[in-house]
Amino acid sequence: MLQQIVFFLVSLAALGFAGWQFSKIRRNVLLGQPETISGNSGQRWRNVLLVAFGQSRMFKRWIPALFHFFIYAAFLLTQVELIEIFIDGLTGAHRFFYPRLGGFYVFVISFIEVLSLLALIATVIFLIRRNVLKLPRFTKPEMKGWPFRDANIILYLEIALIACIFTMNGTDEVLFNRGQSHAEGVEGLEGSFNFAVSSWLGPMLFGGIESESLLHTLERTGWWGHILVVFAFLNYLPISKHLHIILAFPNTYFARLKPRGEMKNMPEIMNEVKSMMGLGDGNGEGDMAAMEEELPEFGTKDVFGLSWKNILDAYSCTECGRCTAVCPANITGKKLSPRKILMDIRDRATEVGQKLESKDPQYAADPDKPLSKDNFDDGKSLFDYITPEELHACTTCNACVEACPVLIDPLDPILQMRRYEILTLSQGPGDWMPLFNSIENQGSAWAMSVDRDAWTKELTNE
Amino acid sequence: MSKIPTMAELAAEGKSPDILFWVGCAGSYDSRAQKVTIAFTKILNEVGINYAILGNEESCTGDPARRAGNEFLFQMSALQNIEVLNGYGIKKIVTTCPHCFNTLKNDYPALGGAYDVIHHTQLLQQLIDEGRIKMKEGGAFEGKRITYHDSCYMGRVNGVYEAPRKVLEALDNELVEMKRCKSNGLCCGAGGAQMWKEDEPGDKRINIERAEEALETGAEIIAANCPFCLTMMGDGMKAKDKQDEVMVYDLAELIVNNNGL
Ligand code: SF4
Ligand code: SF4
Repeated sequence: MLQQIVFFLVSLAALGFAGWQFSKIRRNVLLGQPETISGNSGQRWRNVLLVAFGQSRMFKRWIPALFHFFIYAAFLLTQVELIEIFIDGLTGAHRFFYPRLGGFYVFVISFIEVLSLLALIATVIFLIRRNVLKLPRFTKPEMKGWPFRDANIILYLEIALIACIFTMNGTDEVLFNRGQSHAEGVEGLEGSFNFAVSSWLGPMLFGGIESESLLHTLERTGWWGHILVVFAFLNYLPISKHLHIILAFPNTYFARLKPRGEMKNMPEIMNEVKSMMGLGDGNGEGDMAAMEEELPEFGTKDVFGLSWKNILDAYSCTECGRCTAVCPANITGKKLSPRKILMDIRDRATEVGQKLESKDPQYAADPDKPLSKDNFDDGKSLFDYITPEELHACTTCNACVEACPVLIDPLDPILQMRRYEILTLSQGPGDWMPLFNSIENQGSAWAMSVDRDAWTKELTNE
Repeated sequence: MSKIPTMAELAAEGKSPDILFWVGCAGSYDSRAQKVTIAFTKILNEVGINYAILGNEESCTGDPARRAGNEFLFQMSALQNIEVLNGYGIKKIVTTCPHCFNTLKNDYPALGGAYDVIHHTQLLQQLIDEGRIKMKEGGAFEGKRITYHDSCYMGRVNGVYEAPRKVLEALDNELVEMKRCKSNGLCCGAGGAQMWKEDEPGDKRINIERAEEALETGAEIIAANCPFCLTMMGDGMKAKDKQDEVMVYDLAELIVNNNGL
């Protein structure tokens, strides 16, 4: 009974705390501008199924994709086992489904065990890849410090989880063999659970232990360890790149379906230019006056100017660096790294979220009004994270967009920030001034002294 | 060489072309890209396509301005072009520039300019398929090793990988792919208005990285479908002192050379 109460309270605390943490992520995502993601929901579900569930984008590189798939599948299926853990934990039963599902139960647990073993191998390889082989995409500057530790912590937690599963099943197997398992309906029975891995691994590791009470203690330790690691994991997710295991699903669902080559239109500018050119619908004049008075800001300076989808992208980023590994600017040694852009947006959104939470009036733009996302100024912006040099290096080649396994668009925020630099700050690379001038004055990207159709005359004179 | 018809002339005669050839800034002014423009018009004339250009009524699509972040300038260029295009009732456009192609096709609709836009490599492929362009047997490129450099804006951005390769196939040469090709192709370094500025500080220019990769294939010819890629790859060959051994051509030029047009 005591165990049940403890289990209930621990679960409540863990789930409650996690829920609170996730609500903060939601709040941070909603710091962004509203954007309606339009388009066929059938196509979007397809993306969720293929890209998130099926990991289709990962399979551009077979080997890491396969190992990642082991960890992913093991993790997903272990959640099935959690249902039983909850039932057992709350009712005091032991292996609640065993007598009820019979052979099917053995099959499911066996499946989980095999996947867990594969996941263990994959986890060890991933640790080696990061810590011994030091793959280039894992050792870029933005991966120093916390992101590096974060990735390792996850892998260690994974190992702990798998160790708990095998301790639990392995000791239970040994107890079962001795007719001592607490599993329902097996008291006094001898034989084996017949789980694929623990039926041999259990006796191998724990068969030598004489004391049944020690075996029971180990079994309980595995059981509690399993659920506690899962709770720890759940509460760790919101501060980790591992959040992608949850957010990959909404992020692929909400991935924009518009053509890749289409840049978001800016109707406010379009309408003003239309009225300047006498193409407007007549009310342009008033708009223009209003615009000049307000000194509007164009483009994106901070997370508030991004779309909520850009911020969801940032929190969904797995920090895998596939984008950076194919970025022509990064490959040739420029400072730009698309992954870093996403990490910066996430870190800034988190910083703003924390400051809003502090309710400290020093962050209010107008100190007489309460601090809120519309009344916020901490003297910082995304430009404190992302330098113009990075923004200027992008060739808009879309390689990052193509590479991302969770359909993140790293290019969109880069272009939005370029807009801020040019339109609001009137800054930007000096080399672009002649370009802008000749487009403006001559309708051509190069200033030329001849007519646009001069080439046709040469041709006819030939 | 016959005269290149302009929209204004046709309109004065009360005629309209089947397709507008959008020449673009590079195609109009850049000496390297002009050659592609001329090659393409030779093919259009040869096949007897009823086309026209805008001539001096065409102006920059605004792509480099928009991607640099200068939305005002983009809107000015784009709205002016849309005025002209809609004024002539243009429905179908072909262009030799992937950046013009993308902007006309994907950026203009939100501003009120919706057209059926194709890239010249797509048109060339169609004409070959329909038998309207017949490749001369034993042409200059038969059996030659050619590598094809995907432009970002035709490839990844608009998903056109096969049309240019089919054109090459028709030329009966040996296509060797670079390590990074198709959706994984490496940019030449010119997009996003980089064409007009110095590279940011780094270890290497992007076009050099790409030029080295192209050279690794041992190809004698690098085929491309974008005026900026042509310049970038051409410069890359010069930097590697290979400009006399490895030629960089647009697909239209390959056809013209092959058929002696
Ligand atoms: S679009 Fe920009 S950031 Fe993305 S890969 Fe290309 S150059 Fe890098
Ligand atoms: S943006 Fe996508 S590809 Fe880049 S690091 Fe994040 S998850 Fe990986």
